Amino acid sequence: MILSTELDVLPIDAKDTEPARATRPIPTALISTLTVGVILGLWGLASAYALVSPVFLPSPRQVVIALYNLVVKGFVDATLAEHVGASLTRIFGALIASIIIGIPAGLAIGTSRVGRGILDPIVEFLRPLPPLAYLPLVIIWVGIGEASKITVIALSMLPSIILSTSAGVRAVSKEHINAARSLGAGKRQVLTEVVLPSAVPSILTGIRIALGAGWTTLVAAELVAATSGIGFMIQSAAQFLVTDIVISGIIVIALIAIFLEYIARLIERRLVPWASHR
Amino acid sequence: MSILTFRNVSLTYPARTGRGGTGDKCVLDGINLQVASDELVAIIGRSGSGKTSLLNLAAGFLTPTSGTITVDGAPVTGPGADRAVVFQDDALYPWLDARDNIAFPLKLKGVPLAERRARADALLARVGLADAGDRRIWELSGGMRQRVGIARALAAEPRFLLLDEPLGALDALTRTRMQDFLLRIKAESGAGAVLITHSIEEALLLGTRVVVLAPNPGRLTAEIEAGFNAEILNGAAVADVKASPIFKRMHAGLTGLIHAGEEELAA
Ligand SMILES: Nc1ncnc2c1ncn2[C@@H]1O[C@H](COP(=O)(O)OP(=O)(O)O)[C@@H](O)[C@H]1O
Ligand SMILES: [Mg+2]
Repeated sequence: MILSTELDVLPIDAKDTEPARATRPIPTALISTLTVGVILGLWGLASAYALVSPVFLPSPRQVVIALYNLVVKGFVDATLAEHVGASLTRIFGALIASIIIGIPAGLAIGTSRVGRGILDPIVEFLRPLPPLAYLPLVIIWVGIGEASKITVIALSMLPSIILSTSAGVRAVSKEHINAARSLGAGKRQVLTEVVLPSAVPSILTGIRIALGAGWTTLVAAELVAATSGIGFMIQSAAQFLVTDIVISGIIVIALIAIFLEYIARLIERRLVPWASHR
Repeated sequence: MSILTFRNVSLTYPARTGRGGTGDKCVLDGINLQVASDELVAIIGRSGSGKTSLLNLAAGFLTPTSGTITVDGAPVTGPGADRAVVFQDDALYPWLDARDNIAFPLKLKGVPLAERRARADALLARVGLADAGDRRIWELSGGMRQRVGIARALAAEPRFLLLDEPLGALDALTRTRMQDFLLRIKAESGAGAVLITHSIEEALLLGTRVVVLAPNPGRLTAEIEAGFNAEILNGAAVADVKASPIFKRMHAGLTGLIHAGEEELAA
């Protein structure tokens, strides 16, 4: 949220300070497009002149073909859609679980001293841990199936949801609360009608960050222990040195991550248009 | 007829500890005040004299250090819908549109959606914003926001309206119009009102009574019956009222009283 408003503001400032007759600067988007073009070009050249063995670096053409085959025929018993589907199911399952646990936990930390006392150390312990560090333990506890992956992903998402909820709760305007109380709100109503709604922008930001963290964890967890999913697909391809599939998989992972971020921002804008007008 | 009573009310903010700490600060001392529902009592005083503290006590946001505050004999123990507050910077909810802001107190009471929206629409019309129901708060001007804030307070059907410099942030032209509006809406509502202002003119025009709060510690040092509001409600032009000798005399008197406090402080 903060980031996007900063980005919105910057170009306006820049326009104000620009001298009237200055030549138009090259648009940033164009520079980015050129960068991508140059990288693809170098990649094409490197493989065209066989500078690198195709086992290490297949040509862009090969990767495109591999992607096409992934979509149509699939790899290790599943099409690309099925692998992606398996991964997305896990991440959204984990997201729902971490929202159901994280928002009440964040509320407890933000509104009650006792809640903060109990939950703060747990969150602070969990937050800096790399999820793969506790994956083996989770596998011992809940087995190798879907449950362990969803648990690990959910655990990696929890801290940002809890912390953003509690930060949002603590930032609620004192006057908004007083207004509600003087209009007849009880304790519970203050929580549901004022505290929670005003924390929504912060919670959504937390969810967006959690999605990013969760996606990273998911792919890593699938590399280690899974029989389907985009991470598993890459891991299997790597074992047989099918590099074009590996690269295709990486591209798909990046595209999905960008897509998730985009959807999350869209939802933020639709759900809390008032967040930028406070 | 309801009566809001301050009996010997004092308020001391506890000492702040740590760096930049202060001793106990006595902000209000021995306040006695009665406000009936047919009145609008205007409280004037310089910045820092304790006006907001006084209002927050009436609202129940603060508890007096000594003395009692009652509504119709029942002690005030906390905030409640019988004493609805209108804040200087509106305190409207940005996640709700104008209509749902006004319907907010009705929602708290459990009034069904359709009915509370209908009642909010009626209030919107009453405050002259019939077409603004769907607007977001940030799309409204300062004057419109205060109208929504007042309509929201009225929706709670309070016995008293507590107004903390509700017009303080408005430009002069809007402010003049809003004074007239406030006067009429208050008279229609049948609720008593406490209006805090630092404008002597506003206090005289709107108040049935004007009380002066002197600072350090806050005490009520003067009280005058104004009565200009009845003239205005009966159709007298505000300009004529302001030009009348008696208005000018009262204005000068109040200015002197507030100024006297300043000299006392300097001495
Ligand atoms: N929470 C508080 N703690 C300590 N002192 C306060 C607090 N709130 C207000 N004060 C002090 O009490 C005095 C009166 O404040 P206030 O009631 O806001 O006055 P006014 O509304 O007339 O400007 C001021 O000197 C202010 O610094
Ligand atoms: Mg004040």
